[in-house]
Amino acid sequence: MTEPTFHEGGPRPRLVVVGYGMVGHRLLEELVARGANGRWAITVFGEEPVVAYDRVRLSAVFDGGRPQDLSMAAPGFAEQNGIDVVVGEGVVAIDRTSRSVTTTGGRVETYDHLVLATGSTPFVPPVPGASRPGTFVYRTLDDLAAIRSHAEQPSVRTGVVVGGGLLGLEAANALRLLGLETHVVEMAPRLMPAQLDESASAVLRRKVEQRGIRVHTGVSTRALTGADPDDEGATVCTLERADGPPIPADIVVFSAGIRPRDELARNAGLEVGQRGGVVVDGQLATSDSHISAIGEVASVEGRCLGLVAPGYGMARVLAARLAGQPEPGGFATPDLSTKLKLLGIDVASFGDAFAGSDPADEVDLLTWSDTTAGVYKRLARRREDGRIVGGMLVGDAGDYQRLRLMAIGEMPTPDDLSSWVAPSTGPRQRASVPDAAAVCSCENVTAGRLRSAIADGARTVGDLQDCTSAGSGCAGCVPMLTSLLKDELRAIGEVVSDTLCEHFSVSRQALFDLVRVNGHRTWRDVLDAHGTGGGCDVCRPAVASILASRANGYVLDPGQGEAQDTNDHALANMQRNGTYSVIPRVPGGEITPAQLIALGEIAADFGLYCKITGGQRIDLLGARLEQLPAIWQRVLDAGMESGHAYGKAVRTVKSCVGETWCRYGVQDSVTMAIRLEERYRGLRAPHKLKLAVSGCTRECAEAQSKDVGVIATERGWNLYVAGNGGKTPRHATLLATDLDDEVLVRVIDRFLAYYVRTADRLQRTSTWFEALQASTGDALAHVRSVVIDDALGLCRELDAEIARHVETYECEWAATLADPTRLSRFHSFVNAPGAADPEIVMVSERGQPRPARPEELARHATQTPVAVR
Amino acid sequence: MTLVDRIPETAVRVCRTDEIEVERGVAALVHDRQVALFRLRDGSVHAVDHRDPATGANVIARGLLGTTADGEWFVASPLYKHRYSLLDGRCLTDTALSLAVHRVQVSAGVVKVALAPSS
Repeated sequence: MTEPTFHEGGPRPRLVVVGYGMVGHRLLEELVARGANGRWAITVFGEEPVVAYDRVRLSAVFDGGRPQDLSMAAPGFAEQNGIDVVVGEGVVAIDRTSRSVTTTGGRVETYDHLVLATGSTPFVPPVPGASRPGTFVYRTLDDLAAIRSHAEQPSVRTGVVVGGGLLGLEAANALRLLGLETHVVEMAPRLMPAQLDESASAVLRRKVEQRGIRVHTGVSTRALTGADPDDEGATVCTLERADGPPIPADIVVFSAGIRPRDELARNAGLEVGQRGGVVVDGQLATSDSHISAIGEVASVEGRCLGLVAPGYGMARVLAARLAGQPEPGGFATPDLSTKLKLLGIDVASFGDAFAGSDPADEVDLLTWSDTTAGVYKRLARRREDGRIVGGMLVGDAGDYQRLRLMAIGEMPTPDDLSSWVAPSTGPRQRASVPDAAAVCSCENVTAGRLRSAIADGARTVGDLQDCTSAGSGCAGCVPMLTSLLKDELRAIGEVVSDTLCEHFSVSRQALFDLVRVNGHRTWRDVLDAHGTGGGCDVCRPAVASILASRANGYVLDPGQGEAQDTNDHALANMQRNGTYSVIPRVPGGEITPAQLIALGEIAADFGLYCKITGGQRIDLLGARLEQLPAIWQRVLDAGMESGHAYGKAVRTVKSCVGETWCRYGVQDSVTMAIRLEERYRGLRAPHKLKLAVSGCTRECAEAQSKDVGVIATERGWNLYVAGNGGKTPRHATLLATDLDDEVLVRVIDRFLAYYVRTADRLQRTSTWFEALQASTGDALAHVRSVVIDDALGLCRELDAEIARHVETYECEWAATLADPTRLSRFHSFVNAPGAADPEIVMVSERGQPRPARPEELARHATQTPVAVR
Repeated sequence: MTLVDRIPETAVRVCRTDEIEVERGVAALVHDRQVALFRLRDGSVHAVDHRDPATGANVIARGLLGTTADGEWFVASPLYKHRYSLLDGRCLTDTALSLAVHRVQVSAGVVKVALAPSS
């Protein structure tokens, strides 16, 4: 294969790229990275009217994103690098003799080297009616615009995607986001047949169906018909199956595979593969040494690859060659491992994903299937040497990167492989990633390169991304970057994982002590004394929380106000459309009829959505910033107060009705719950705190899933701590038994104060307790010795901290409403204090308002918004 | 963007400087466009779009402020924490996103804003 030649002093040779998609753009970036844009005069032709964009995330456009947000090229990329980008102009012919291309606009451009990056086109199966109006493919922004415009017709209610592969599910998500009743029709007996086995596919199917999408597998499409069977030009309305009842289809999207766009190459007489695609060698050269091909149009070892990662690999290898620094290995057999988020569901397959399907395979299979949780894992281990050869993951792909590296042989397979499949029951052997292993396969960044970046000073995941580009593609490797960073820093004796952020080089615990000892009272004092720069959205709330835990008065006044997180600053929780939720405190979950009526009237008067929370309270959602004072005035008038749902603070104390009503109850759980809630209400902590009190061991208040759980016994109360629900559930640990009321309260005081002092930022009691377990070997014994036996002599201070909190507590909304300067913060516009944000649009659902979805907003854009007061 | 020498005559008076708390933001309506204004400790006032391009919600003024390692001020969007430079509006955490930056004039304790050309 001939290398491009260069003439000293002469004009630069001309490089023409046909196709400006993701891979075409990556080629340009790789050329720029090697300085080759000075060596070549580069012209790129893209037939679409816009520069390269991220096709993989297309459905984001229906989920609140804008088309320009998908753009791959930074503004000014072409100009700054002297690249001539021509969009809206495709190439129609190649003349290999004169080495020139002709464009749709009739322009003739000569080249010294030509790159084909024309990608692929969706395959439309030859079924009758496949070209009726209302049928679409799903690949370009124009396709999306056409789908949207058709779907917006009021008569269009159901959509069908033909094809249940990964692109088909993406397309189904797009239809779902457009508000259509969505069906997926797949000819194979299961979804994603190329990547998943039956069990994995069944788990995926269940999760897809839970998102409201109807799935039909093993179904072949016989025809697409219109309302009038004789009118061949009628808009589609039904999908006729080969057998079984027809499916209503006001819109049909084909996603039944792709075909390489190799017609230019065919017409120019280049060698094409049996299954299509331009045949290339390991350096991406075609049968004409002046022409190369990359991406989906290139046929490597007889097949075209419809994934972006191998396309990026080809772009890198070709750019190296064009820059005169060819990679000796060239483009090797690609790793076709994939990890995707489809409809928010993790799906991954790697290595030889189906190894073990044939009993003759010399492998052992390890599988885990939990259809309730929606998790499936399958790993195949070679009997000969115990190495993983491949597998698949649905619902939880957290270990994907490490497993993939094991499967491609870049990382040793651990002995305790079963712990990688079953839910964790204990610590797992830690396996370190070898230097040669590619941690980020999108950008081809190895563990070795990351380690040298850390040795050169990278201290955060952001640093690593900046200096290596790792994680800037699919971002699937970010968890692994984080753990690698922590391991490396620990190895070189730096405990960076504990520091707050780049502005504070101490841990939260150390900063808490510094604030306590020095008596700092403002954000500025703390930053000037212990930090650098101007702070950030990480350290400000952490410092604000420490100051508030030390009971320093109203949290929004200057000195603390500028450090409060968004929600604390509005004394309300911001929702996705910029409105807020209002959650009054309902101590112990006990509420009077008059209060219930008042909350109902408030919700009706202000047009708020009502929902009962998990903590036995009532959430009123949809309040605009300028409405909050009037709403809270009404709440206070009804005898209720702030619920602190907006803060990292004590939230609720849940209870059952206890012995007062329940025939099984042995203690008055409601009275105890109210006592605890009124004692700790508003206590700021490293993270939120939830408590519960159950009146007997039947445990109806679910106290063992709380940070502090109290369960009644015949002789008093049992105290449990460090439980958690949510994402990582943890059963609480029994700290003390048969306590009387006063001792119970004192032990809880100390437990909470000790946690507030010593936990990391955003560390719940459960993870704090686990960390203590790791550092002390016995967290239970440690906490008991501190809060009961006073082994550290801290108890007087801990008691005093809670006593001060109880004495100085005030309802933050009462304090706000009493002071006009504090109230002046609550407006949507500084120059129009009473005005509402006109872009907040609510629609009605089941008799209540809710935020309009993006597609509804688009639909209503031309009409008067259905604004709720 | 403080004291820009030639501020266009289309600049609109928005508020007094002291109506913006130091190191916090407020939103304002300027010719029907929603603008987020931030006041720094040095007295400067900066204006960017109030609309969060990642979500479409008008919330940027309610974000927290901070500085990069190079001392460049940014605002962190409240919803998904994208960070945007107050100097040029580029997103520091996602190159696909950016905010328009509007010109600000502060004189005699009054803040005026001239809109950037709409995109």
